[in-house]
Amino acid sequence: MFFDSDLLMSALRALTPILLAALGGALCERAGVFNIGLEGMMLMGCFTSVTTSWFTGSAWLGVLAAALAAAAYSLILAVGAVTLGGDAVVLGVAMNLLAVGLTGFLLRTVFGVQGTFDDPSLAGLPLVGGLTPLTYLSWAAVAVAAVMLSRHVWGLRLRGVGEAPDAAATLGVSPVRYKYGAILVSGVLCGLAGAQLALGNVTLFTENMTAGRGWIAVVAVMLGRAAPVGVLLAALLFGIAEAAGFRLQGLGLPQQATDAAPYVVTLGALFLTTARRRRRTPSPSGAAS
Amino acid sequence: MRPDRTWGALRSPVTFSVLAGVLIGALFLVGTGADPVTAYRAILTGSLGADGIGSTLSTGTSVLGLALALAIPLRAGLINLGGDGQMVLGGITAAVIGLYTPLPAPLTVTLALLGGMAAGALYAALAALCENHFGVPLLVSSLLLSYPAVSLASYLARYPLKEPGSSLPQTRAMPAGVALPAFGDSTVTVGLVLVVLAAAAYWFTDRRTAIGYEIRMTGLNARFAAYAGVERRGLTLKLMSVSGALAGLVGAIGVLSFPYRFVDGSLTAPGYTWTGLTAALLATAAPIGTVVASFFFAVLQVGGLAMERTTQVPRELTQVLQAIVIVFLAARLRLPGIPGFLSRRRTSEETV
Repeated sequence: MFFDSDLLMSALRALTPILLAALGGALCERAGVFNIGLEGMMLMGCFTSVTTSWFTGSAWLGVLAAALAAAAYSLILAVGAVTLGGDAVVLGVAMNLLAVGLTGFLLRTVFGVQGTFDDPSLAGLPLVGGLTPLTYLSWAAVAVAAVMLSRHVWGLRLRGVGEAPDAAATLGVSPVRYKYGAILVSGVLCGLAGAQLALGNVTLFTENMTAGRGWIAVVAVMLGRAAPVGVLLAALLFGIAEAAGFRLQGLGLPQQATDAAPYVVTLGALFLTTARRRRRTPSPSGAAS
Repeated sequence: MRPDRTWGALRSPVTFSVLAGVLIGALFLVGTGADPVTAYRAILTGSLGADGIGSTLSTGTSVLGLALALAIPLRAGLINLGGDGQMVLGGITAAVIGLYTPLPAPLTVTLALLGGMAAGALYAALAALCENHFGVPLLVSSLLLSYPAVSLASYLARYPLKEPGSSLPQTRAMPAGVALPAFGDSTVTVGLVLVVLAAAAYWFTDRRTAIGYEIRMTGLNARFAAYAGVERRGLTLKLMSVSGALAGLVGAIGVLSFPYRFVDGSLTAPGYTWTGLTAALLATAAPIGTVVASFFFAVLQVGGLAMERTTQVPRELTQVLQAIVIVFLAARLRLPGIPGFLSRRRTSEETV
């Protein structure tokens, strides 16, 4: 059978890092900050979680350190784009580049290896029902984010800051504070995404191991129109594509075809939804900027 | 140069960012126990000395080619992140033409270069169409399209076009004579001349022609340019085609130079696309600045290897340096207390 519970489980595993990162991206989007540094923040999370887990022997400390490190890293975007008024797109691209260089550099200075750090004594995350606790946490985060954005005063103010910063400021809501908050939370979520990738889906660190997943998360934010449930569905699509790709590889399809599958599926979904939206609304304003 | 102009150049954001990058890099070096002066000297002598200059120029060919490919749309505010895919398709197309065209070698080389450019241009145009007709932002469509292209080329090099009997994922070598002429014994080929000519053409178009003016206007204020009659969709398609053609040219040059074949990963692994993007951003896509910045990053990339040999500091440090320069530049940090900082900040907020 092609569609069975194994496929579902591997889809859920593939989904988790994308979902966590995309939720962070969605919060930034709602606060009016275009965050394309998700990939870099995630990669920082991967490296920190592996390093901390290896030195302390605790995967949980690894997760904590990943969240903190990625949040600290996200300050580059917060200070650069919000305080100094720099270009968020350029900053995001630079953060992604910096993360690749920095983690590669640290991998060699800390562990003295190039490419991959893989040690049998490296502690990975425990599994509950075949999934890591971070997977369950990501589902809870979707619910929390959905409720916050639609019901809680913080969420409403965050949306106000994104949609009409001047009006929000007039009402005494500080756009700067809310934007910083959204960026820092996205940092924490990307850190968790990185920890899930490096200590949950596998137990190792490889240079550039996020391999475009941060970009897929950016697309998931667009596809899901920055709404938590929409983002969940978009990320699920990617998870299924990745899991189906692995399955097809097992059936003899070349690896190159299955490597490309998630990107092709995501792009296809992006076409379909934006084309539908475009018919409904006469003047689309460039999806997510 | 008059003293106040010298002072102005020193205070420019570019100088500040480069100095900040060098300083932070020095901190990293001290952190790893290396002597920053020795390491930086190793970068310079390793890339500009007699042993390294050839390597710097051939790396510079690819970096400059991709920097131009990204700078040309960037001048109009469009970011093409699909350089990897366009370059690789150009490379694999040039390899197929080079291997299977039964024409005299010089004609085959010309055809392979043109074919590579056409493949890159068509693929980049596809990303432009995605933005124009489906509303998928160019940044995202170009990047997402890149992955399947890289996978396709990888598949072709590993299966249908693979060199029989070889354990490496590469095509057969080009037939005798199907190669770009090299300068002396070096790895520097006529490809460098082609890329420099492209830079000159870009400079001329930017400075002296109506379309160059339209492109700059669109980059400065897209809405005003549209009001003044610049047709954005057409411009996007044209700029992306030129951009993709240049990326494809770099791929073709890579195949028609040493090792005269398409090797899976050899075009994408050095990260020319990202280095090129960094150079284009550093120069804010200005033609001469892009050339200078590309050379600077080629020096860093080649010098990084020399630094690794002499000081055991990982060469990834140079990638960190590049990114730090751009982080500072993107935040438009300048020395504090300079008039114009606040007004600059306001305009940048409006355009974001």
